[in-house]
Amino acid sequence: MTAIDPAAHLTAEQIEELGRELDAIRDEVIAGRGEKDAAYIRKVISAQRKLELVSRGVLLFSIFPPAWLLGTAGLSVAKIMDNMEIGHNVLHGQWDWMRDPKIHSTTWEWDHVSPSEQWRHSHNELHHTYTNVIGKDNDLGYGIMRVDEDQKWHPFHLGQPLWNFLNACFFEYGIAAYDLELGKNLHKRRRKNPEFRARAKAVGRKIRKQVLKDYVIHPLLSGPSFLTTLAATFTANLVRNIWSHSVIMCGHFPEGVQVFERRSIKGETRGQWYLRQMMGSANISGSKAMHFMTGNLSHQIEHHLFPDLPSNRYAEVAVKVRALFEKYELEYVTGPLPKQVFSAWHKVFRLSLPNKKPKVKTPDREQELVAA
Amino acid sequence: MTSAALRSRAWKLLEMVTTPLLPSDYLDLVSPLRAGADLRGRIEAVHPETGDAATIVIRPGRGWRGHTAGQYVRIGVDVDGVRLWRAYSITSPTNRQDGRVTITVKAIPDGKVSNHLVRRAKPGMLIQLNQPTGDFVLPQAKPAKVLYLTAGSGITPVMGMLRDIEFDDVVMVHCAPQPQDVIFRNELHDLVADKKLRLTEVHTDTDGMLDIARLDELVPDWAERETWACGPAGLLDAAEKHWADHGVQERLHTERFRPSIVVAGDGGEVTFSATGKTVDADGATPLLDIGEEAGVLMPSGCRMGICFGCVTPLKAGAVRDLRTGEITAAEPGVLIQTCVSAAAGPCDIER
Ligand code: FES
Repeated sequence: MTAIDPAAHLTAEQIEELGRELDAIRDEVIAGRGEKDAAYIRKVISAQRKLELVSRGVLLFSIFPPAWLLGTAGLSVAKIMDNMEIGHNVLHGQWDWMRDPKIHSTTWEWDHVSPSEQWRHSHNELHHTYTNVIGKDNDLGYGIMRVDEDQKWHPFHLGQPLWNFLNACFFEYGIAAYDLELGKNLHKRRRKNPEFRARAKAVGRKIRKQVLKDYVIHPLLSGPSFLTTLAATFTANLVRNIWSHSVIMCGHFPEGVQVFERRSIKGETRGQWYLRQMMGSANISGSKAMHFMTGNLSHQIEHHLFPDLPSNRYAEVAVKVRALFEKYELEYVTGPLPKQVFSAWHKVFRLSLPNKKPKVKTPDREQELVAA
Repeated sequence: MTSAALRSRAWKLLEMVTTPLLPSDYLDLVSPLRAGADLRGRIEAVHPETGDAATIVIRPGRGWRGHTAGQYVRIGVDVDGVRLWRAYSITSPTNRQDGRVTITVKAIPDGKVSNHLVRRAKPGMLIQLNQPTGDFVLPQAKPAKVLYLTAGSGITPVMGMLRDIEFDDVVMVHCAPQPQDVIFRNELHDLVADKKLRLTEVHTDTDGMLDIARLDELVPDWAERETWACGPAGLLDAAEKHWADHGVQERLHTERFRPSIVVAGDGGEVTFSATGKTVDADGATPLLDIGEEAGVLMPSGCRMGICFGCVTPLKAGAVRDLRTGEITAAEPGVLIQTCVSAAAGPCDIER
């Protein structure tokens, strides 16, 4: 819905052909899934658990600064692994094909205050179906920010750099509130809705358990290291939150990413759905370690095209997807993390102010006006 | 406070320490066979029996309750990364001193699990286990005369019986294509040499299929014998009819490995209501396959209708039993075996 449609040069047939080519990429990966992939996720899960165990062990002695540093670093990485490469991807059903009930989207629970099930609904169903559709996809600015010129400006948006910063620090709580659709549900009538109350209760339970573990039990176990362990777990949660917030901002916010109008997805074909994912997502370039620590969400474009393919396959898929972008002359938005984070933040700042000049009307809107 | 109460308190505290995981998620990393863990087993050896059969020696986890001769066990094996469950008869005696149990697996053409176990299983591999189960077992009171009637891998539960208890008068009629296809042949012949067994081998490649009427000539006193029969459906159908015709059906015990699947019509839209998935199903594909194809986590076991590892509530609609053609309609409390049921019109499966 931006003034210039970057896919305007594609005919309807071309878009369907693009869809078929993407389907072929997907089929190939599905046919090739096997033992190696299963071994990969098991290895990652086992490594994460061991790292967390060792880090928490080291933190028992966090009264000694080197132990504090080591333990905090380890715990931060373990929490990031749990949320990104493991939790996010398992909850997408990427590993359901293994039929292992312990690594299954319906049974997985993560180190996060939003209960898995609620997150799966808001993320897998809503965000992934309505990617970047204004008014439908709440991930777009998480309902508290203006991230596109076409969204109406409101004085409230002046504060959005601050909201965004706070959201980054307490990201997991932001997500929990967002999964609950707290903004929408705080009206008196909705608050009493039993379904909402049950979900709010589940969140409360999860928060209690998480807080008890991180800020009471583990510090208590550390005895004399009580305060330093408390500080360490707080730091690890902060690091994990800021990191995941940054990665997620890079997925849909950087300049060059498109947003769509509600009516543009009416009767959307498979090819058009794919095209919307391609233009609505952005990648992060970098090393293997970078891809791993982002849970392969550095391959956000590939992830949005194929949310249920195992994450360890996105790198190889990306080569083929990128070739398609070139073939169809579309812009593959990617860049190193600092650049993408800067770009996203820049947008947050820029759009906290009203649009500079009146927006150019798109031709089809004019037609609509004439018709009216 | 009692020690049990103390333990449960300590466990609760541990759960708080490991939340949102469970303590067992960590313990599994180091001790998957411990007491209290989900039941698993470790493969300790694989011994070839024939060209396409092998005996797998398994050390079961501490929670293993032991079996009765003739029973089977459901095992979950990861084949190409996918966990598949199958049922196999236990071939080891119940009094094995080292605590191991064995299953003997024949690789069937295109059989994913059987080929994996026979050709690729290696010592050290972990498998999932269920407790042993099955009614194909010997009675408490020793029968005076016994007949074992088996074909192919139908010999496996019977071997578990033969190794377990010695009877005074045992006859076995076993069918296999050729002599080298007879699983446990050396051991059977040793028993014959020790006069503990009378054995008739029917080599179907040269002798043709066993005509049940030949029993009169092979085992003249068959009708007086307590009989355990296991093999393909054709053999068992013939045996059941033969025993019934002679009015001695109570002496025949059978174990069926494979349902004879009849092609049913219909089909319909299947809803997996717990998962919120809806897919079209034809009238011949088991609902288990339909669900798995749709990505629903379906419990399963033998996949042939004997183990009830796949029972699931049927919330609405009707299904057809693929073996008998029988229609089951939804009612409160009705459970269906998804591995041998197909959609008979639209239905709703609680998964
Ligand atoms: S899996 Fe055995 S009855 Fe269905």
